[in-house]
Amino acid sequence: MIWLGIETANTPLSVAVVKDGKVVAEMVQNIKLTHSAGAMPAIEEILARVGLKPNDLDAIAVSEGPGSYTGVRIGVTLAKTLAWTLQKPLVGVSSLQALAANVVLYNGMICPVFDARRGNVYTAVYQGMALEAIVDDYHAHIDDLLERLKALEVPILFVGTDVDIFWENIVEVLGDQAVRAPFSFDLPRATEVIRVATKKELPNVEATHYFVPQYKRIAEAEANWLKEQKEKQHE
Amino acid sequence: MGEFIMKNGMILAIESSCDETAAAIIRNGKEIVSNVVASQIESHKRFGGVVPEIASRHHVEQITMVIEEALAQANLKPADLDAVAVTEGPGLVGALLIGINAAKAFAFANNLPIVGVHHIAGHIYANALVQPMEFPLLALVVSGGHTELVYMKEHGSFEVIGETRDDAAGEAYDKVARVLNLPYPGGPRIDQLAHEGEEAVPFPRVWLEEDSYDFSFSGLKSAVINYKHNMDQRGEQISPTAVAKGFQESVVEVLTAKTLRAAREYQVKQVIAAGGVAANRGLRTSLEAVFNEEGIPFFVPPLKLCTDNAAMIGAAAMPMFEAGMRGNLMMNGRPGMELKSWV
Ligand SMILES: Nc1ncnc2c1ncn2[C@@H]1O[C@H](COP(=O)(O)OP(=O)(O)OP(=O)(O)O)[C@@H](O)[C@H]1O
Ligand SMILES: [Mg+2]
Repeated sequence: MIWLGIETANTPLSVAVVKDGKVVAEMVQNIKLTHSAGAMPAIEEILARVGLKPNDLDAIAVSEGPGSYTGVRIGVTLAKTLAWTLQKPLVGVSSLQALAANVVLYNGMICPVFDARRGNVYTAVYQGMALEAIVDDYHAHIDDLLERLKALEVPILFVGTDVDIFWENIVEVLGDQAVRAPFSFDLPRATEVIRVATKKELPNVEATHYFVPQYKRIAEAEANWLKEQKEKQHE
Repeated sequence: MGEFIMKNGMILAIESSCDETAAAIIRNGKEIVSNVVASQIESHKRFGGVVPEIASRHHVEQITMVIEEALAQANLKPADLDAVAVTEGPGLVGALLIGINAAKAFAFANNLPIVGVHHIAGHIYANALVQPMEFPLLALVVSGGHTELVYMKEHGSFEVIGETRDDAAGEAYDKVARVLNLPYPGGPRIDQLAHEGEEAVPFPRVWLEEDSYDFSFSGLKSAVINYKHNMDQRGEQISPTAVAKGFQESVVEVLTAKTLRAAREYQVKQVIAAGGVAANRGLRTSLEAVFNEEGIPFFVPPLKLCTDNAAMIGAAAMPMFEAGMRGNLMMNGRPGMELKSWV
């Protein structure tokens, strides 16, 4: 069973090939190169290095969001098109869960964080090696998140490069409860996307057409429109 | 990737620059084997215009289904294709990126070369799907984002001899439609009202400098707004048909006159119209009449090929492919891409 993994949900880019439960190759980078320029060449290169043709793949795993809207869409579009045209199953994995999966052999609570601008984050809380969702993926103001974490009254391990943006704030609210993961856990990795994917059931290839990103947030224009409709109803 | 010789002359073309997710299969740059367009207009209507983020979301939802449908209607497999063409720009960057990344993944998986096409070259080449293009040629491009007179010496040679200095013609149509409280997109509705109208409110014609082929429509748009404002102040009702007719007459007269003058000066063998506004009945009738009298062959594609579609992208890609133009897997969306000659 040969898996291709694709991770482009935020600035970092990662692609990997896993064969029969063993990592064959993985590429991880965190540079300012658009995913449109970087992702497809990375897939081409990794397959060439390991001597595989696109059709040799058995399944594709992709980080489905949340994260940067455009980043998520590029990974999903590549994965969806490859899976559909090659007629191989496509498995989506939460970008937050995949990042939390970096923290192996840890039994506590893990909080992955992606910056969502203006004091907001995409975040969740996963626990232990089973990565059980204690708080589901969501979009929130950092203050809202910290309040919920404080109520849990247990140590929380923060992971992700964007944690640094909020670290002062986090320590201020959580004090000793807050633990910072080592830097080498901070980049999302396509091998973890694949590892989480292998725990899921393989969908039918027909399902690929209906695969969509998990934005965890409605578009701003739509939010405003809904608000307007509500106000009209009240009048 | 990069064969120069085609097996079947079959190009799969993909277009996603704005609010249509489209795929088509074109044979030898002139024959439409299939042409699929999934429009998002219904979804954007409630916002009164295209919302880029919503457009991008719909493109991801639709893209593989639209490509599959294009192959199914053509009764072809990926192995029967010779190349993949995709709109590289200009347009909404987030929207462009969906078509581009789908095209790259498809091209890679099926070992096909890829060609990045300029959206306006596509609009112009929609004409190649109807009759052979004869050079030198003059194209009047009138769409939602562009109003240009393009002189073409030969295939792949583009010289923009005039363009709008402010609003595009389609943009002016859509803005005036909003003044008249018409639903988005306003162009077709104004065309309809203008057709029904008997009286026309007189609006100015903007000619700019005597020898200029440039256009300006923002003054006309303001004149319509002022007219409505004055009528409102006086408590008088405006006649939407008379406003639409007056506005359309002004647009059509200027577009027709400048196109005719350019066709004469450049002594072209053929004049073509392209882009969404070329679907306009008033404009088509007017251009047909003057060029008929002038004795220069004039063509405009059927309505379906005037608004955004992928067939036109496949038509433009063929001469590019033959000229050896190739994209690669690093292709990025180019929202401000310029129309450049490839010869
Ligand atoms: N019958 C018509 N009369 C006038 N305008 C029309 C008509 N039909 C469509 N339009 C206008 O055409 C425009 C859409 O054309 P098109 O799809 O080519 O533009 P676009 O793709 O948004 O812009 P561009 O091609 O410049 O990037 C809209 O502004 C619409 O109102
Ligand atoms: Mg267009």
